[in-house]
Amino acid sequence: MLKVENLYVNYGNVEALHGINLEVQEGEIVTILGANGAGKSTTLLTISGLLKPARGQIFFGDIEISKLEAHDIVKLGIAQVPEGRRVFSTLTVQENLNLGAFTVENDSKIKQVLDWVFHLFPRLKERRQQLAGTLSGGEQQMLAIARGLMANPKILLLDEPSLGLAPILVKSIFSTIREINQSGVTVLLVEQNARSALKLAHRGYVLEVGRIVLSGDAKKLVSDPAVRKAYLGG
Amino acid sequence: MELFIQQLTNGLAIGSIYALIALGYTMVYGVMKLINFAHGDLFSIGAYLGLTFLISFGLVDKVGAPVAILIIMLMVMGLVGLIGILLERVAYRPLRKADRLAAVVSALGASIFFSNSLMLIYGAKFRVYPHNLLPKSYITILELHIPVVRILLLLVSFILMACLYLFVQKTKTGTAIRAAAIDQGAARLMGINVNKIISIVFFIGPALGGAAGIMVGLYYGQVNFLMGWLYGLKAFIAAVIGGIGNIPGAMLGGLILGVIESLGAAYISFAWKDAIAFFVLIVILIVRPTGILGERVAEKV
Ligand SMILES: Nc1ncnc2c1ncn2[C@@H]1O[C@H](COP(=O)(O)OP(=O)(O)OP(=O)(O)O)[C@@H](O)[C@H]1O
Ligand SMILES: [Mg+2]
Repeated sequence: MLKVENLYVNYGNVEALHGINLEVQEGEIVTILGANGAGKSTTLLTISGLLKPARGQIFFGDIEISKLEAHDIVKLGIAQVPEGRRVFSTLTVQENLNLGAFTVENDSKIKQVLDWVFHLFPRLKERRQQLAGTLSGGEQQMLAIARGLMANPKILLLDEPSLGLAPILVKSIFSTIREINQSGVTVLLVEQNARSALKLAHRGYVLEVGRIVLSGDAKKLVSDPAVRKAYLGG
Repeated sequence: MELFIQQLTNGLAIGSIYALIALGYTMVYGVMKLINFAHGDLFSIGAYLGLTFLISFGLVDKVGAPVAILIIMLMVMGLVGLIGILLERVAYRPLRKADRLAAVVSALGASIFFSNSLMLIYGAKFRVYPHNLLPKSYITILELHIPVVRILLLLVSFILMACLYLFVQKTKTGTAIRAAAIDQGAARLMGINVNKIISIVFFIGPALGGAAGIMVGLYYGQVNFLMGWLYGLKAFIAAVIGGIGNIPGAMLGGLILGVIESLGAAYISFAWKDAIAFFVLIVILIVRPTGILGERVAEKV
């Protein structure tokens, strides 16, 4: 469904991705693991069209999307929940959700997804008139995910949804991601929390300073000595 | 008391003009973090286009002054709005990724280009607006005689501002404008075409500025190619007083500045009218560096 081929991305003169290949099949949860600065966010931002690759291609189905504008990429069915949540803090929860559905024309579809999102995150329904900036960190992460889902995406890109959350919240967020996936949304999950991510995902890639160094089934990666040493604390 | 009320209503009228112009600065700043220094000249262009349309089509004779003024005002708003879009394409978009200073220099260049074009086309002397178009009557409230024109001017400004407010608060595009002002990257991830939002903002701001231009022409009866400079500066001050980037702030800042200036001119000294504007600015910036309704923007500038 999503295929990244030989992707190079630069920030100015600095090359951040040195030829990345990865693939996500329809229905999967795929995780990208890696330490700080490995290039995980760069990869997701490039898929979403906020960064342009220096070389390489990105296919979504049969469509080469790396030269498309970000808003057209969302329209095709790729939504992203960015690192650090980036909710619109001076807008209400409801306005944030409406913006998530910006590309969806069909009002009854929007209503349907909104009901689903409120079912996933009942807390947001209670707070729909509250300013997003006044939510707690965990609630903001819920809002960010909910906002991404409002685009009614085929694939959801999640950039470190567990960042800064208490373990119990991480658990609940991850089980919600599973539920989202089971209702038909493909998931590409970037994480530093390797243990939880590999438990959830079908497959994984390990990124180190701009290169994929390992990939395979999540179960295989969990027991890989190199992964255990670097990401699972031995 | 008579003097006070007269100055107050006059201050509100002129303040609402400042507010209309200030909205252009603040909306562009909100989305682009850029001060459009050519905005005052777009206001002048509005004033001159209004003059041309009023004297050249004979519209006033055909449909009567009120309808003619309304139609011409809408035409002026549309045209100045289009010039605004063009300005962004030519002077700012190519510099989007360049140094901030480059955009400032480009803005100043555009400002000089506009004011000099007006001078070449219309001449350097003051031009007089047709003066028999607006009612000369007064309405009397509690023995105070307030010119009808002044009330009309306030009314039209408030209608324009109310429309803008509803548009920005209640529509999908308006919400997208607010989102783009908060976080452009996140807005793009929502599927918002930020270039389109910028064009819309560069239409609305100049359109309101153009409306202010024709209103000043009608209210004061004369226009000059350099008028945009002082009005632009005052409106910019108003935008900063209210909190730059904040739409209700621009409206409030404009009204406050107009009233203080007008009262100051009456009770302190007319000659110090313009200095008072700067004084108010300095005091507000000392007390509240972000402006009255502004949030912390220092790190963004
Ligand atoms: N805006 C930028 N300008 C210059 N360099 C950048 C920029 N953003 C990221 N980089 C660099 O690109 C590399 C990859 O960064 P990226 O943000 O993709 O890492 P990451 O894997 O998401 O890290 P983290 O886990 O800390 O979020 C890093 O070396 C980083 O310093
Ligand atoms: Mg990152």
